[in-house]
Amino acid sequence: MKARVAVAGLLLLLLTLASLGVGAASIDLRAADGWTLLVLMESRLPRTLAVLLTGAALAVAGVVIQSLVRNRFVGPDTAGTGESAALGLLAVTLLAPAAPIWVKMIAASLAAMAGTALFMAIVRRLPVREVMLVPIAGLILSGIIGSVVTWIAWQHDLLQFVATWLMSGEFSGVIAGRYELLWVAGLAALLAWSAADRFAILSLGDQVATGLGLSSRGVMRLGMVVVSVVSALVVTTVGMIPFVGLVVPNIVARIMGDNLRASIPVVAAGGAGLLLACDLIGRILRHPYEIPVGTILGIVGSLIFLWLLYRPAAHG
Amino acid sequence: MIRINGLSHHIGPAPILHDINLTLPRGKLVALIGPNGAGKSTLLRLIARLEPLQRGRVEIDGLDLASTPTERLALAMAVMGQQTQIASRLRVAELVGFGRWPHHQGRPRPADREAVENALEAFGLGPLRHRFLDEISGGQAQRAHLAMTFAQGTDWLLLDEPLNNLDMAHSRALMARLAELVRGSGRSVVTVVHEVNYAAAWADHIVAMKGGRIVAEGPADTVLTEQVLSDLYDTPIEVSRHDSRPLVLHHHWHDQLGAPYPKASDADRFPLH
Ligand SMILES: Nc1ncnc2c1ncn2[C@@H]1O[C@H](COP(=O)(O)OP(=O)(O)OP(=O)(O)O)[C@@H](O)[C@H]1O
Ligand SMILES: [Mg+2]
Repeated sequence: MKARVAVAGLLLLLLTLASLGVGAASIDLRAADGWTLLVLMESRLPRTLAVLLTGAALAVAGVVIQSLVRNRFVGPDTAGTGESAALGLLAVTLLAPAAPIWVKMIAASLAAMAGTALFMAIVRRLPVREVMLVPIAGLILSGIIGSVVTWIAWQHDLLQFVATWLMSGEFSGVIAGRYELLWVAGLAALLAWSAADRFAILSLGDQVATGLGLSSRGVMRLGMVVVSVVSALVVTTVGMIPFVGLVVPNIVARIMGDNLRASIPVVAAGGAGLLLACDLIGRILRHPYEIPVGTILGIVGSLIFLWLLYRPAAHG
Repeated sequence: MIRINGLSHHIGPAPILHDINLTLPRGKLVALIGPNGAGKSTLLRLIARLEPLQRGRVEIDGLDLASTPTERLALAMAVMGQQTQIASRLRVAELVGFGRWPHHQGRPRPADREAVENALEAFGLGPLRHRFLDEISGGQAQRAHLAMTFAQGTDWLLLDEPLNNLDMAHSRALMARLAELVRGSGRSVVTVVHEVNYAAAWADHIVAMKGGRIVAEGPADTVLTEQVLSDLYDTPIEVSRHDSRPLVLHHHWHDQLGAPYPKASDADRFPLH
């Protein structure tokens, strides 16, 4: 186990170094002149940090939403959360265009929370045994809210504006000063880790959770805050990032189980690593042009997901 | 003691429990028996606050169920529901560890670890401690769940059909553990049992339920009689004695194959011997 952690840590470190070295502008990391430093501090480092924070936060949000709905086939990107955040953001943009950025973020988070609450209310009415209905309901809800956003934006000639949130996300626009809100998403993930036991107990079922004296209401609310804040901040800074929140928690659960206190750090590292690897692929494939990481993930993520579906764990 | 006053319960329009008044003594092993659908699980779930109270009052060692915070109640009673499925992929020792959560809320102390070890030991789970719950047998999972309930270390233990899935040796061992808890550490156990002979052999006090009402209660000798049991289960039952306790026997009536399924009113058509 220790060896595996070391290997994984080393891999993440190598990815990070590679990410600092690769980009449209060619720099020599050994030179350390003014130009190199500028590119590094203004572009490469912010981008790398943004990718790491986004990947980690999304993967942790995935664990959280999976334990809230007790279903492994959902992620923060298939619960209507991101589209709801976009709807909230669109609403402030139309109603109070001059509002400061933090007001916009709060509006996006609140809307994301409302969307997540709607998703959970729908899930609660689904037959428990039909596990696949939960992701389907999420996809339908995402589709509906996404269409509403598109329609309103089209009415107000804002399609280009919302496209950056609803289309596959990418990090090419990240420079210093335009990603820092993602630290808040990272903090939200940290908050989820601090409540890891509660989420793990919640996953044991209502009966067991009540028996252990956990009031599920409070945990549910905390979980919704985490998922909504992470989704809202990611969608508004870099756009929709699919699959990370879905596949990483599944892979980690297969290997080390659902003891979330131990697994959440691994999930976070896994999410960061997966997203960074995909972002690097997107940067290298058609260098000096870029393929959005959302597109790469669409392919890589769905392949991983198919593999997970066809190789179910013992007893499913 | 657990004091139940005027407890009634409905599910939709259907009445499930009718004005139950019952006192469950402290320091005893109480067995709750009765036919399918009698309301045993409902009663237990209400006492364990797994179901909101609709009417009536329940008090556990002076704590009013309706007004005591759930985390405080988790220090007074541990509950194991009937057929609770745990879908999480946890290792046996991790599940049992969660039994201590009400005590440490995330910061286990040495005493907590010791309680977990003892619970694992008590249910023979040592060799299985690192196995995932979805990679062990039904009876082993049942024991893991029981061990979690034990680890909670509460004065009251409420168990709904804990013998489900357990083989004869583990059933006997479980009843012996419960009796030890009661006689050795003065704890109190309330358990639903279908196998009346386990109640006969181990229970200090038996409560018989039928149709949402308590129909008999008392020590084994007064409740486990041919009269009470035959009425309770609507089938002729013979009671013998063994180890100076009642031993309940029932016949299988092979000559009656094809007869209608016994209902309350049909029961007396069957001869007793
Ligand atoms: N969710 C429900 N909806 C409707 N009726 C229910 C529900 N749960 C239980 N009941 C009814 O309530 C009555 C009591 O059920 P309960 O589970 O308490 O019985 P029990 O004594 O535990 O039976 P068993 O020995 O089969 O476990 C039964 O008639 C049952 O049909
Ligand atoms: Mg029952």
